[in-house]
Amino acid sequence: MSPWTARARSRLRTALGGLRFRLVLGFALVAAVGAASAGLLTYREARTAVLKQSQDMVVNQFRDSVNDLVADISPAPGQEELDALVTRLARSHASQRWHVLVTYRDRTASHGPQDAFRVPPAEVARAVARKPAAVFQRARQDGQAALVVGLPVSYTAESPGRVPSGLAFFLVVPQSSEQLYVEALVTAIERATLPALGLAVLLALLVARGVLRPVRALHTATRRMAEGRLDTRLAVQGSDELAGLSQAFNETAAALERSVAELRGMEARARRFAADVSHEMRTPLAAMSAVTDVLDADAAELERETGDALRLISSETARLARLVDDLMEISRFDAGAAELVTDEIDLAESLHRTLAARGWTDRVTTELPPPGTVRAWVDPRRLDVVVANLVGNALRHGAPPVTLRLDTNRPPNRPEAAHATIEVADSGPGIPDHDLPLVFERFYKADTVRTRSESSGLGLAIALENAALHGGRIHAANRPGGGCVFTLHLPLRPAADETFRP
Amino acid sequence: MPRVLLIEDDPAVRQGTHLALRRQGHDVHAVPTGEEGLACLGTFRPDVVVLDLMLPGLSGLDVCRRIREREQVAIIMVTAKGDDVDVVIGLEAGADDYVIKPVRAQVLDARIRAVLRRLEPAPSDTARPRPESHGDLVIDRAGCVVTHRGRPLSLAPSELRLLLYLSASPGQVLSRQQLLEAVWEHSYHGDIRLVDACVARLRTKMGDPAGEHRHIQTVRGFGYRFQPVRAAQPATGSP
Repeated sequence: MSPWTARARSRLRTALGGLRFRLVLGFALVAAVGAASAGLLTYREARTAVLKQSQDMVVNQFRDSVNDLVADISPAPGQEELDALVTRLARSHASQRWHVLVTYRDRTASHGPQDAFRVPPAEVARAVARKPAAVFQRARQDGQAALVVGLPVSYTAESPGRVPSGLAFFLVVPQSSEQLYVEALVTAIERATLPALGLAVLLALLVARGVLRPVRALHTATRRMAEGRLDTRLAVQGSDELAGLSQAFNETAAALERSVAELRGMEARARRFAADVSHEMRTPLAAMSAVTDVLDADAAELERETGDALRLISSETARLARLVDDLMEISRFDAGAAELVTDEIDLAESLHRTLAARGWTDRVTTELPPPGTVRAWVDPRRLDVVVANLVGNALRHGAPPVTLRLDTNRPPNRPEAAHATIEVADSGPGIPDHDLPLVFERFYKADTVRTRSESSGLGLAIALENAALHGGRIHAANRPGGGCVFTLHLPLRPAADETFRP
Repeated sequence: MPRVLLIEDDPAVRQGTHLALRRQGHDVHAVPTGEEGLACLGTFRPDVVVLDLMLPGLSGLDVCRRIREREQVAIIMVTAKGDDVDVVIGLEAGADDYVIKPVRAQVLDARIRAVLRRLEPAPSDTARPRPESHGDLVIDRAGCVVTHRGRPLSLAPSELRLLLYLSASPGQVLSRQQLLEAVWEHSYHGDIRLVDACVARLRTKMGDPAGEHRHIQTVRGFGYRFQPVRAAQPATGSP
């Protein structure tokens, strides 16, 4: 299955399981059941009423017409008389397409638009023979609904009860107009049901929107909160459960924002405090630093203990000055005030100069490309700090030989991804694996016994910040053969290089 | 014996620096405010002003600007680390160099000596070299006088040193790092903004137009090059 179809399927599953779909389906089902049962009932009642009315009318008309005719009929009519009877009867209702049949004993006579009516339907004939009353039946004839009426003629004499005359009239009337009426009714019901269903779906969509809008707003707001925009709030409308949920969300968001702001404030105050402390220490340190050279110069001429004391003060003043310097630098990174002053320089030359300026050339093995081959846009001062911190760290905590290696990686077709790798490796005991992620922490000391060292404990943290400022990174690892290696990945051209001097 | 005017408001720092610089062999006069510093410029006649930028009253930057209105005495700013904006503005205002507080006396002494050092003439020039003519510039290396279209230019020590160094090899590209080492005696990894700011000041003083025809040309990615410019051409240009 391709990822596209998988995604489409999952989207379809989400849509089918969604609140909107379920609401619409529910509304549509309720509307369909309601419309169908209402339609069915209406149909049944209306059909019955229509047919009954037309039956009654036909039977009454038939009876009246027969009554008019039989008044002057002979007690034992002959065939001619029967023929004349049906003809008169049928003609009097020609427009209604009456088929009339009369029977007397074994004689029959019939008349109608099509003379297909020769024998009365058996059931009606039997019913007529059994009791002297009008009988009717609905039947289908030639695919058309028709009404069959049987009417026996009896004399009303002085004697009690009726006396059957033996004469019986039968009538077949096509009920095409009634059928049309009923069909129109079905069509009307159908026509009413479909808009009702549509209306139901529309209503469902509207209701779904009303319910889903707050849900969606809640969804969006939660996302924004996750993105760190803690000032996100929902507009609370109405007083239903969803409004309550929105209210609860707003309260949670406000509480979260408050505590985060508090934490940030505390952190900012702590950082400002560190910066202020360093700043305040700088003035007395400036006075002390100014005179340390005087102390150093005169220490040799003093009594031994006094001289040692002076030298101690001098060296510790220098250490304190370095620490304050590093603290100030870290504070600037924290405040986002550190800037790059870039220039295009030769990296091999820069690395060589860093070692030479600190007298490390003899203690570090270098593997550098020839001068002029690797040029990069960097802040030379910051690169010097990074390399000096990495090499200094290796010299202090690792064991010789310490090697400094420079390589470049230039992916074809992607000049912006070209970067240099500067590797500083030592042959010491390495760093415990669980401490590797911590080496760039401020004031991290791998060896608790050796807490006193020349470095401030901020060197690697500052190196990492400087690398990040260049869009680079530093990676620390242990070498398989022992010792550890710090690798600096440095873009040959920082992404945000707006340093252009006219 | 260089005469150093120290303008520093903190009494301890002032006293310490005064003491240390005197031990380094300087003739030091220390004052606590910019106003006093400006007042004694005429009487003390310093070779170099060591100027703290954080001063009460008249700020260090203002003092720097006011000195430059009258004098081309060497100015070394003392700044706090991280006051990058102040460094840039101070260099634009005409300071020759800067040091970061806290600073050791040896370092400050080295900077003072560097900014005051005269570039040694080439050993072959036993006799006093004659003024060189580079287009509309005339450079008298021995007398340290530069005239532009017959008008003497008033240059600060770092500007003069930079122009002398660049013009010693016309047409040759010199990197910012080379210039930092040769002119300011800084390390290879020094602050290249010193070079850029000084070039900008020199261009302003020589009335260099923007664009190609400049005495000091920028070679992007490499550095700067001195190129003699002929006397003003007619606007229509030559064929």
